[in-house]
Amino acid sequence: MTRNRKDTTILTELAVGSEARVTAVNGEGRVTNRLLEMGVVPGATVSVVKSAPFGDPIQVRVKGYSLAMRRSEAEMIEVAE
Amino acid sequence: MDGATSKQITVALAGNPNAGKTTLFNALTGLRQKVANYPGVTVERKEGSWQLGEHHATLIDLPGLYSLDATSLDEHIASDIIRGEQTGVSKPEVVIAVVDSTNLERNLYLVTQLFEFGVPVVVALTMIDVFEKQKHEIDVEMLSALLKIPVVVVNAKSGRGIEELAEKATAVIGTTQQIPYTFDETGDEAGPRGKIFARYNFISNAVQESTWHSDQSSHLVSDKIDRVLTHKFFGLLILVGILLLVFQTIFSWASLPMDLLESGFGALQEYAKASLPEGILADLISDGIIAGVGGVVVFLPQILLLFLFISLLEDSGYMARAAFLLDKLMSRVGLHGKAFLPLVSSFACAIPGIMATRTIESRRDRFATIMIAPFMSCSARLPVYTLMIGAFFGGQYVFGFISVGALLMLLMYTIGIIVAVLFAFVLKRTVLKAPPPPFLMELPPYRLPNLRTVLQNMLTRAWLFLKRAGTVILAISIILWALMYFPRSNQEPVVSSQQTEQTQAVESETPVLPESEQLKHSYAGKLGHAIEPVIAPLGYDWKMGVALIASFAAREVLVSTLSIIYNVGKDENEESETLITAVREAKKDDGSLAWTPLTALSLMVFFVLAMQCMSTLAVVRRETNSWFWPLFMFGYMTVLAYFAALITYQGGKALGFE
Repeated sequence: MTRNRKDTTILTELAVGSEARVTAVNGEGRVTNRLLEMGVVPGATVSVVKSAPFGDPIQVRVKGYSLAMRRSEAEMIEVAE
Repeated sequence: MDGATSKQITVALAGNPNAGKTTLFNALTGLRQKVANYPGVTVERKEGSWQLGEHHATLIDLPGLYSLDATSLDEHIASDIIRGEQTGVSKPEVVIAVVDSTNLERNLYLVTQLFEFGVPVVVALTMIDVFEKQKHEIDVEMLSALLKIPVVVVNAKSGRGIEELAEKATAVIGTTQQIPYTFDETGDEAGPRGKIFARYNFISNAVQESTWHSDQSSHLVSDKIDRVLTHKFFGLLILVGILLLVFQTIFSWASLPMDLLESGFGALQEYAKASLPEGILADLISDGIIAGVGGVVVFLPQILLLFLFISLLEDSGYMARAAFLLDKLMSRVGLHGKAFLPLVSSFACAIPGIMATRTIESRRDRFATIMIAPFMSCSARLPVYTLMIGAFFGGQYVFGFISVGALLMLLMYTIGIIVAVLFAFVLKRTVLKAPPPPFLMELPPYRLPNLRTVLQNMLTRAWLFLKRAGTVILAISIILWALMYFPRSNQEPVVSSQQTEQTQAVESETPVLPESEQLKHSYAGKLGHAIEPVIAPLGYDWKMGVALIASFAAREVLVSTLSIIYNVGKDENEESETLITAVREAKKDDGSLAWTPLTALSLMVFFVLAMQCMSTLAVVRRETNSWFWPLFMFGYMTVLAYFAALITYQGGKALGFE
């Protein structure tokens, strides 16, 4: 609730249920491109819906649909609240 | 080919997974479709015929795609087809892009990529009823104008838009469509990234201009269902419950048709024997072909049922949830979350299990799953376990109430699972080494499965099973039969005390050799003698060697072969008292008892681990499209089984067991 608003954070830090805007998708190569192609592009609105029973993967809502990704992938996504 | 005006053209059907592509494909082609593999790869090639006005179109159902960037095998094949570079497929004149209106932005991404191929595109907009129920509105004409291509609202169930789709598709043949967006080749984000951004920018604007959304969240229903089904605790509990239900149903529902098929083939065998003139042909047809092929076809009900459930789970959207729930657990051994169901299915039969691995996109993950699937104790191992337990461990209890038989059974299943996990671990770090594949998986909204799609999927799988595994099995059955049948022994039967009864009962004009004598002198018998030195350290004699060789066609053949060898008649089953007695009393050539409890245990361990199923190998050959993997599987499983049985027998002996 008292998150620092001026800074960007990574998607895994985002509280479940809250919305944020993608500012950057870091990294190179296949996984990054796949993330972008699935609609996780800068400017898109994302929210974390929930995490799976063992804490990983997580369910993210982006472009109006649900996308599951591992935390390792979510860590590449920078967001601003 | 009717009429001189008709032209043969190719149309490709492209779309995201879960966009309603298969349903549309079925509606357009009806039953006029066939499934094969593209040469040299495991990507499924599905095509049908579609009458497009005066054109006869071959409609090619491309694999479900999110993108055409050619990073995965599916995408590679799809882009090759659209470019006209896939051998055996002519360049499509039109591409129908199936777009789910409830997931417009991401679905349109593929469309923007299709523009760049220069093939005319027509959009088929699906799920519009769901979209409108969610209180959204769409201006189809506006969208069409922005995309600069025809957009047709279709509903495969009611038939809405199907004709219009054909008209629009015919109209664009031979035209050139303009790419409706531009991107800066020289900007900061040039290259692939820049292209992705440009496409999504264009899409966002087009969607914003052509649709209106109410404030309500459109995923309320799916989210509500997910609150239970992917719940940290209840989600797992329900998953286990669903699996239990599926397997319970497969076992109980399939048993009746399986029994019917079995007795049907038995009757057919008798009929062939009775109606054909006695001799080699009758034997070949009844004991070779009918028995061999019948032994495989009896598994058809299990396969049909399993695929019914898999299709239902997949079509409803649940399968993705199961993978979501289990990915963490499975990734510990290097497997994908989606490997879970194929592996559990393999407890019924590895064949449908291996066929079910098709849902795993990453080739290495899929192959790793295929390679360990046969370690799951399948139903064909049960007759063997049952016979061994019945003969040597029946009626024994630990602490007075735990049956030794049940414990042994549990032990066999556990050994299989542990070895599978270890093997997956090793495979993923050696032969199938790869960086962990991205786990980017859509959790599609829950939908009521389309009955027709489900049934068609079930029948396609069943047909593939019958056709492919059937041809191989036929060949193997004939070979095995010949090995046990030839050479015909001409010498007078040596009448031992054991055989007197039977020879007297036969009492025919021409001396007929009892089957056990024939077996001894057959090639199979000779093979049994030949491998005796190798299997003696496991505690087996040559007769068991023959049964062991025969069981490499299918595990349960061990039981029927032992019946032949010990002369107890062919129709004995694993619970038959006489076979159990025969096994208990069987003597080696030197007069000592052939079987001990330790031998039985050693044999059971062998059966847990060995690759003794020609149908599985045939399916692995088909699914991996290579001879390497089935041979590799056969090799490592059999070597492993040998050493495990060796350790069991020799270790047991060293510890003083018998």
